[in-house]
Amino acid sequence: MMNKITRSMAEAIGGIRDGDTVMCGGFGSSGVPFNLIDALLDHGVRDLTIIANNAGVGETGLSKLLRENRLRKVICSYPRSPGSVWFERRYEEKAIELELVPQGTLAERMRAAGAGLGGFLTPTGYGTQLAEGKRTEVIDGVGYVFEQPLAADVALLRAKQGDRWGNLTFHTAARNFNPVMATAARTVIVEVGQVVELGDLAPDIIVTPGIFVDHIIEIEPIFP
Amino acid sequence: MNHLNTAQIAARVAQDIPDGSYVNLGIGMPTEVANHVPADREVIYHSENGILGFGGPPAAGEEDPDLINAGKQHVTMLAGGSFFHHADSFGMMRGGHLDISVLGAYQVSASGDLANWSTGSETFPPAVGGAMDLVVGAKKLFVVTRHNQKDGTPKIVERCTYPLTGAGVVSRIYTDLAVIEVTAAGLQVVELHAGNDFDAVQALTGAALLPPLPTP
Repeated sequence: MMNKITRSMAEAIGGIRDGDTVMCGGFGSSGVPFNLIDALLDHGVRDLTIIANNAGVGETGLSKLLRENRLRKVICSYPRSPGSVWFERRYEEKAIELELVPQGTLAERMRAAGAGLGGFLTPTGYGTQLAEGKRTEVIDGVGYVFEQPLAADVALLRAKQGDRWGNLTFHTAARNFNPVMATAARTVIVEVGQVVELGDLAPDIIVTPGIFVDHIIEIEPIFP
Repeated sequence: MNHLNTAQIAARVAQDIPDGSYVNLGIGMPTEVANHVPADREVIYHSENGILGFGGPPAAGEEDPDLINAGKQHVTMLAGGSFFHHADSFGMMRGGHLDISVLGAYQVSASGDLANWSTGSETFPPAVGGAMDLVVGAKKLFVVTRHNQKDGTPKIVERCTYPLTGAGVVSRIYTDLAVIEVTAAGLQVVELHAGNDFDAVQALTGAALLPPLPTP
């Protein structure tokens, strides 16, 4: 029988190791797996590379991991937001490596990894600092930058509902990076607001099919 | 010199947004454009985090914490609105599906280069977000900006000194002094705001301007 539902946070995230690369879903505070990030902090692993759109604000989410010096590197499009004090502090101390990636390129690099592609040519960033050192090509007069796929050991995601096969739905704009990250990590762990019976999610409303998902845990969302 | 205020600049941009267009508004001054689009025009707004067809802010107490725009402000959905994931959202931009993107600027060059993401500081972390994607895909890129920095330094320049967001990407520049079209021949002044003199505006600009064409 296929059952991806777990009742135990320790079981859900216990496989994450020091040095792992971890994707975290979300945009701002929307669709962020705050429960799983808190559990990752308690789990005690260090030297992590985090892939996420933002790098945490205030004393919540990824900011806690930065505060506790658990991160080695952040791969991110918008690390600096009002209140991103812990990221800014660690950056100024040169205690954290930053790989800055345009937001659409970040998403597409994940998509490429999840879809088995060896990279892609994008016009985004052509002629800018963020293309320095990268292969470029001009096709029919348009400049393109070659970008590599971006995969992770683990993805931590948030969804609205999930069933024991791992099928997922998302609440409003909380979808954002979550479905694309689900395709790009070796182990995909999802906190859901509600676990439902198999068949409760009509096939035509499922956004992420369960094939991409490994563990589901039911837990109330946190909104900091 | 007649300086339009922020609301007036936003209102001027809004005049150039046609009925039935798909539009992405950047954070800050560009966001204000939506407040000035005439009510008889149906404009569908795109937000990079995966929304088409969002509306104004919700009533107090009615906020959906997941339903935010690119500026992380709470929004509502219009009838017909839709959600999608990030790879689709940025595919819409790069793929040329948006009609108009409106962004702010640190600098715009004579050839339509835009710098709006980094001041090149070593200690202050850079953040690019969706800016580089927005500038390459939209059919038209409108820039809204003050004509000059607070100390008078021109923001429209021969060559950008700040790191570029994109090269040769800007269609039109809307400032407190004028509306300027980026053309193959150079920076063509389309409109001087009431009472503004071409030579005086040129003196406040760091690149050569072409004077307004005589109206037929």
